[in-house]
Amino acid sequence: MSSTPSTTPGNQLPREHYLNATYGIRSWLLTTDHKRIALLYLASVTFFFFIGGAFATMIRIHLLTPSGYLVTPETYNKLFTMHGVAMIFFFLIPSIPAVLGNFLIPLMIGAKDLAFPKINLLSWYIYLVGGSFVLYSFSTGGLDTGWTFYTPLSSVYSNSAVTPAVIGVFINGFSSILTGLNFIVTIHTMRAPGMTWFRLPLFVWAHYATSIIFILGTPVIAITLLLAGLERMFHLGFFNPVLGGDPILFQHLFWFYSHPAVYIMILPAMGVISEIIPTFARKPIFGYTFIAGSSIAIAVIGFFVWAHHMFLTGQSAYAALTFSLLSYLVAIPSAVKVFNWTSTLFKGSISYDTPMLYALGFIGLFLVGGLTGLFLACLGLDIHIHDTYFVVAHFHYIMVGGAVMGYVGGLHFWWPKITGRLYPEFLARIAAVTLFIGFNLTFFPQFILGYLGMPRRYHSYPPEFQVFNVMSTAGASILALGYLLPMIYLVWSMRYGQVAGRNPWPATGLEWQTDSPPLTENFDVTPEVTWEAYDFENRPDLGLDVKGAPTLAPAHGDD
Amino acid sequence: MHRTGELFGQFETMEQQRESASFGMWVFLSTEVLFFGGMFMTYTLNRSTYPDVFGEASRSINLTLGAVNTVVLIASSLTMAMSVWASQVGKKQLLTIFLIATLILGSVFLGIKGIEYHEKFVEHHVPGLNFSFEPGASVATNAHAQLFFSLYFAMTGLHALHMIVGAGLLIWLIRQSMRGRFTPEYSTPVDLIGLYWHFVDIVWIFLFPLLYLIDRH
Amino acid sequence: MPLYPEQASNFAPSVDALMVYITAVCLFFAVAITVAVIYFFFKYRRKSASEIGVPIHGDMRLEVTWLVVPALLALTMFAGGAVVYVDFRRSPMDTLDIYVIGKQWMWKAQQPTGLKEINELHVPVGRNVKLIMASEDVIHNFSVPDFRVKMDVMPGHYNTMWFRPTKPGRYHFFCSQYCGTNHALMGGWVTVMKVADYQAWLSGSSSADMNPVVAGEKLFAEKACNTCHLPDGKGRAPSLNGLYEGRVLLADGSTITADDAYIRESILAPAAKVVAGYQPVMPSFQGQLTEEQILALTAYIKSLQSQPVPASGAGVAPAGKK
Repeated sequence: MSSTPSTTPGNQLPREHYLNATYGIRSWLLTTDHKRIALLYLASVTFFFFIGGAFATMIRIHLLTPSGYLVTPETYNKLFTMHGVAMIFFFLIPSIPAVLGNFLIPLMIGAKDLAFPKINLLSWYIYLVGGSFVLYSFSTGGLDTGWTFYTPLSSVYSNSAVTPAVIGVFINGFSSILTGLNFIVTIHTMRAPGMTWFRLPLFVWAHYATSIIFILGTPVIAITLLLAGLERMFHLGFFNPVLGGDPILFQHLFWFYSHPAVYIMILPAMGVISEIIPTFARKPIFGYTFIAGSSIAIAVIGFFVWAHHMFLTGQSAYAALTFSLLSYLVAIPSAVKVFNWTSTLFKGSISYDTPMLYALGFIGLFLVGGLTGLFLACLGLDIHIHDTYFVVAHFHYIMVGGAVMGYVGGLHFWWPKITGRLYPEFLARIAAVTLFIGFNLTFFPQFILGYLGMPRRYHSYPPEFQVFNVMSTAGASILALGYLLPMIYLVWSMRYGQVAGRNPWPATGLEWQTDSPPLTENFDVTPEVTWEAYDFENRPDLGLDVKGAPTLAPAHGDD
Repeated sequence: MHRTGELFGQFETMEQQRESASFGMWVFLSTEVLFFGGMFMTYTLNRSTYPDVFGEASRSINLTLGAVNTVVLIASSLTMAMSVWASQVGKKQLLTIFLIATLILGSVFLGIKGIEYHEKFVEHHVPGLNFSFEPGASVATNAHAQLFFSLYFAMTGLHALHMIVGAGLLIWLIRQSMRGRFTPEYSTPVDLIGLYWHFVDIVWIFLFPLLYLIDRH
Repeated sequence: MPLYPEQASNFAPSVDALMVYITAVCLFFAVAITVAVIYFFFKYRRKSASEIGVPIHGDMRLEVTWLVVPALLALTMFAGGAVVYVDFRRSPMDTLDIYVIGKQWMWKAQQPTGLKEINELHVPVGRNVKLIMASEDVIHNFSVPDFRVKMDVMPGHYNTMWFRPTKPGRYHFFCSQYCGTNHALMGGWVTVMKVADYQAWLSGSSSADMNPVVAGEKLFAEKACNTCHLPDGKGRAPSLNGLYEGRVLLADGSTITADDAYIRESILAPAAKVVAGYQPVMPSFQGQLTEEQILALTAYIKSLQSQPVPASGAGVAPAGKK
């Protein structure tokens, strides 16, 4: 059942808003408006998504046959490496924070912008510079080290364009660091009066936790890649055993960031889900404090599990035991979230709008992805499934089934606010279901492939693995359709979509108190918050049936 | 463009602006701790794996110059702290003088560093440029010594880079100060750059003993 | 369609048991949540446009329950895995030790008697076998799915792993740490033999009444000659079809006849005469083959004399071309 907007959709967009406030390319490229910067990021991350997606397409086609007929081994190795680098560093990590986080955080807390708008713009330019180095690497010889850059393969033996790629990722790290810095300071110092910590939307909590990881983790990958780059350029020996170095040191330093990085990728998506479910069930989230706290817990504990990527490097068994135990510990807060989201549906008033479909799809896919993490954390089992397709399936369930679903769902949810227009609901629901089906067909067979022993990063494989590979490729074609549809109709809707009005769903956050699209300065008068998060009961301004509940002061911003 | 001292549009009050700026600098410095931390970790691990060679290599770098630099840098932190004080009590001329003194001391540091690097270059202790520590010794010894010097140049080089950035910031600060922009009500840039400068100094306080003072008889 | 590999080592049953247990627990929760979500999704669908849900903020007892219960279950998973892992990492005292070297992109194993193998590993059933492994270049990983074991193979230091094969047979092994171009081709076979057969194999004697061509063909595959010397000429080495007694153009411009001596020399000292247009990458099999085995290989190569020579990628010119 579709939701009827509480305010009748206006026949026209507001006269002045952030998109038409100023014109010309300079007003975009030199903007300090967090909302415009979010759109700049939207364009660039979508670009890298296409690049990473193109590589993925070639990979899946190549793997249709055991001996691989599409590309040479060298090219295949470059394809999976560049797929990983493009997707992880230039799509997944920025996606939700830099697009939705940038757009929404000031709106959600009642501020006019982030604390440091110019630094926000600088973050985007740094991202572009980093991306350019990486694109240069891709187009001049490519990169074939795996996105993990293990030494001494990357620092000594590889003949591909490693150095520019490493420089690009290094530079891009500072984009993340500055975004995290901006978010943390903003959330601390720029909340509107009455917006206490425990009235904050959970999306903001999720980004606060993510920002902690941004600022504490990213510098370590930066220094690691710097050392690896220096090693390669000047034949130094930090990680090269021939010169007295230690390849395992590289792995420790690398994973110290790259494990928390996966929490950078999932926490914001969890934040999106925590916004969508209460909105489309029209009731408060179940267990607000636990969801907020679990985000922080995941960020903190996530820093102590990195060596579960290294169980079979020959390190001390005691270290392995410790990291296995901690890895189980970090799963608990995620489980708590899933239970709380599910409970929020209980006795709700549930509508089947597209964002809700994405949220429920997220729960299903994150469930599989997260639970299969328990298999990998199990030391005895990891001996068998380490570095097989089981791992590939696990992380794609979380990063694609989880993070990307969260991102696309969030884009749909806030599309009316960002553009002032609604997307076509029917087509959108079809796309959501297509995505869900295509995704499962693509990646579930890979769990089986992994347990059967098929190693990852293989350009050719024994014939007995073909059936599941073909299944996976077939699923991938459906998945691709699920991504293409939204790209088409979202663009279409920017011009032809129905005008949305301020609060089409309606939802309770402060961002929905502004025009759609909002003014450049968000609020003409600083709001004063007197209500709790997701409180449908005490919000008569939303126009819903609040059967006899006491009414508080009406939401500010209504005329 | 906003000019120094005015309320920026996204903030409600000067207080909020000041608080945000200061907090922002602290957050940034914590990222720097992690940044240098990776290299300190690498150094510590290698030092404990190859204590003898690292000791030998450490003894070959110029302790005198290093010690002088340490004093110079500490002194520059003193002058920096004095400039913060001067801005807080409204002594604009003293502020400029202390800032210039900090810049001079920072430049002295960089100059001495340059001399040290030159020494190492002449002795063929620069990895990648005809490196040769002990021509007669084993390949392993030379390799491990090269490890020490790689870390030496990487760590002090990164530190020097931060100093150069700091010097650039000081030049800007001096220009603003000479235009009388800083008052007891508004001296945020002085405070923040002061924090940065102290941090860079602290990094050196850790670098110096680790690199220069191990295994000195 | 098999969903799991054969169980051919002492570790396989425990690893599979862990898999079954964790799958069962996870399946229980996954189904429970999925059923709950779907049930709520339909039962509580919106009945009127302005209806809201019942505001329930939380329940401490539920929160504690679903925090503690999963934590306890997680501990059991941890414990089960830890037991197997500690056993795996602690090699027993009475092992048969085999040295394994990994290098881009092949494996070399050395049996206790000094007998060497390439991309093959022969082990006796029922004995504890320990592999002592190192890499000559980048990080590799030796993995045997049917045994449920694998371990990284590092440059610069030895890693060990142990297992006890429980069933005779041939089992695939793979390189499981990305190591460059031919990472996917860096595999081979573990042959588990009855103890007596293993002893026999070790002392070099092969089945006395096996046709040498058949024996040679088996060896040709066992020694991985067939991974480079592809019959269609598309491999890294020339096709051997039609080679015997044919004229071969060498890299230095000279031509020779491919007779028994040439074949023997090419096996033991391949760099001596490199075919024109090919890289000198063939490893030497000096010390790894008995004379009997060289003869068997030669017999097999002789038998390829009448096979069609590919248009390109052969040491000899195809019929009708110069």
